[in-house]
Amino acid sequence: MPQPSPPAVLDVANATVRFGEVRALDDVSLSILPGECIGLVGHNGAGKSTIVSVINGGLTPQQGEIFSDGSRLAAYGIGVARGRGVRSVFQELSLCPNLSIIENTRIMHRTLGGFGWRNRARAIIAASLDLVFPGHGIDVSGKVGALSIAQRQMVEIAMAFSDAGHPPRLVILDEPTSSLDAGLAAQLLAHVRRFVATGGAVILISHMLNEILETASRIVVMKDGKIVAERGAGGFDHAGLVEAMGSVATHQAAIRRSTSALEPVMELSLPKGQPFRACKGEVVGLAGLGGHGQTRMLLALFDHHSPQWWPRRDPAVTFVAGDRRENGIFDLWSILKNMTVASLGDLSRRGVMNDASEAKRGADWKRRIEIRTPDMENSILSLSGGNQQKVLFARALSTRAPVVLMDDPMRGVDVGTKQEVYGMIRAEAEAGRTFVWYSTEMEEMQLCDRVYVFRNGAIVMELEGDAISEQNILRASFEGEAA
Amino acid sequence: MKVSTDTLRLAVPVASLLLLLAGVFYLQPRAMSYNGLNLLFNLAVPIALATIAQMLIMAVNDLDLSMGTFVSFVACVAATYLHDTPMLGVVILLAAVAAYALIGVIIYLRDLPSIVVTLGMSFVWAGLAVLILPAPGGTAPAWARAIMISKPPLMPMAIVASALLAVFAHLLIMRSSLGVLIRGVGGNQRSVQRAGWSIVAARAGAYALAASFAVCAGICLVGLTTSADANIALRYTLLSIAGVILGGGEFTGGRISPIGAVIGALTLTLAGSFLSFLRISPDWQIGAQGAILIIVLALRLLLNRLESKGGAL
Repeated sequence: MPQPSPPAVLDVANATVRFGEVRALDDVSLSILPGECIGLVGHNGAGKSTIVSVINGGLTPQQGEIFSDGSRLAAYGIGVARGRGVRSVFQELSLCPNLSIIENTRIMHRTLGGFGWRNRARAIIAASLDLVFPGHGIDVSGKVGALSIAQRQMVEIAMAFSDAGHPPRLVILDEPTSSLDAGLAAQLLAHVRRFVATGGAVILISHMLNEILETASRIVVMKDGKIVAERGAGGFDHAGLVEAMGSVATHQAAIRRSTSALEPVMELSLPKGQPFRACKGEVVGLAGLGGHGQTRMLLALFDHHSPQWWPRRDPAVTFVAGDRRENGIFDLWSILKNMTVASLGDLSRRGVMNDASEAKRGADWKRRIEIRTPDMENSILSLSGGNQQKVLFARALSTRAPVVLMDDPMRGVDVGTKQEVYGMIRAEAEAGRTFVWYSTEMEEMQLCDRVYVFRNGAIVMELEGDAISEQNILRASFEGEAA
Repeated sequence: MKVSTDTLRLAVPVASLLLLLAGVFYLQPRAMSYNGLNLLFNLAVPIALATIAQMLIMAVNDLDLSMGTFVSFVACVAATYLHDTPMLGVVILLAAVAAYALIGVIIYLRDLPSIVVTLGMSFVWAGLAVLILPAPGGTAPAWARAIMISKPPLMPMAIVASALLAVFAHLLIMRSSLGVLIRGVGGNQRSVQRAGWSIVAARAGAYALAASFAVCAGICLVGLTTSADANIALRYTLLSIAGVILGGGEFTGGRISPIGAVIGALTLTLAGSFLSFLRISPDWQIGAQGAILIIVLALRLLLNRLESKGGAL
């Protein structure tokens, strides 16, 4: 029985977003109707955050159109989105910590100005907090910086639902319960249901699949920038959802070695969960959702094995950063200098650099890993992102350190380069090097000999050999009875 | 523990000011009079104004290294054009404020380090000041002179002006919507942007406001000294930064305190007098002033550490 459905609050049609080589969003269409709670799930890098950015106006897709209430919006941006009643709660907390809650309310609601705005803002945010989290006990005149993480999250959620003459119609909640305890999460989800019942729309992103299954009226599964499954509330169960997030394609069978007989070169016991161990010649993967303690453990490993005060003659560990621009490359230096900076001790005699051996080392590695440049003296910024990343690999591999720590090093690297680097890692591991590899990409975990899955800052599962599969990693990454 | 962190932050500058004041009064009891206080503090008024200006720049996570030369430039304009042809003088000062706003916009749009841009601008302002007043001289506008030497009842001018400045700056920066916006940009620029505000306008506003306070500083300075010199206020760059930090502000994160900044400026001025009363030779005074600064800032750090231990995070 075809029923005339009300016009969508927001309708994204055929949106495509590319970041360099990577397609973050590939021809995605999503329409959000009033009175609907959409549960959005998918692994890291599936495109959830990208579609959210498109909806809230922070990102303009290279292709695609956006409709609202049946009419096409030509110039869509943050301002238009807010005007249409779109509100977001972001994963990373986005309040001004130096301002009070009242002042943050003033920032969020542009129309609140004029004499006496403090009292109005206080009333608005207090009402919203009382509504969403009854009995919250938060003093709204206090500074945000003085609140606990959970309280900040509560304030942020209340801020999104607050109404200063411009009611919210579509609220996007990106991992809203990640720092809330069970009681507060239940309060929030109850409010989401109330809000939806009165005609509001909600997009709920969460890795707590139970929350999605209990709250959402429609579940959308994303993978590799595409929507791969979309069903009504009853259409999924826990296992089905995990399965839908996984990949359909089979991966190349990696050559793995059993490493149980090898001697460990590195061990670290974590405050909770299983201890970490890595052996000679082994590629150890760190999997799980982003920000669940993997990077922190890599840094702890590095700190543990490198002296703080005086560099050692023989380095024990070396590090490949994933965030190139932030903590990888030296913008103003040449390719050669960027490459050799980690092994200056080997290239100098009595504190003076030996230019000839530096140039020789550079030429050697340029050939080995095929850095595409006419001259190693060119600026590092003349290279493409993938080639910059290769230079960072060469920097790490050209040291004599027996252990290489890698912090999601393949971010934004094209497929061809990835394959080359995979080959290098494999060859170096055969030669006896140890790799500890954090990656958010499932495919890369398949290349590891052993994988630790992280959740909430602890290792929750160790997978070895053929047990390393997307299914198993996903199951361990997402909480639930399946684990 | 019901003491708010803001109160705690203000405690250090207030305590150091009172301590220095007690020291001065102990060494020279005659300073404890209407005229004595005025003499101790009258040079603090322009420094306090420049400190508020610097604080506004620091509120948006930038730093202004041209503050000293800009105040010198304003002083030169005030002692020449503003005195001889007031209309032209006002136009020049308004243009200078506009230039500041423009610098703020350029720094944001081109993503330039503010230190580099303002350091470059400091040479521009210094050059303009020398062009206007090649040799020390000029005459202060009569009204500026009259304000600075006026004798209000009960409290000397320097104290009254500082108190008024502190209250006005507090209302403007801590209580008004504009102030919230400026501090919000310093605290979390992205969230302000996501709420639909124009960051360009907010930054331009912060810089223009800073320039307005700096203009006031230059005019006050000329009112006190009666004539100007192209190098009259070079010390203000570092004094203003030190004053902001001393008053409980931070270099980043939009954490500032106007009342603290004014008190910080008073403390810095008093430190100089205190050392003179101690009969420390001028050769050592700058070093000793630095030592006082380090001690006070170390106290701040200590309190910060206590705060982070006691706080929720």
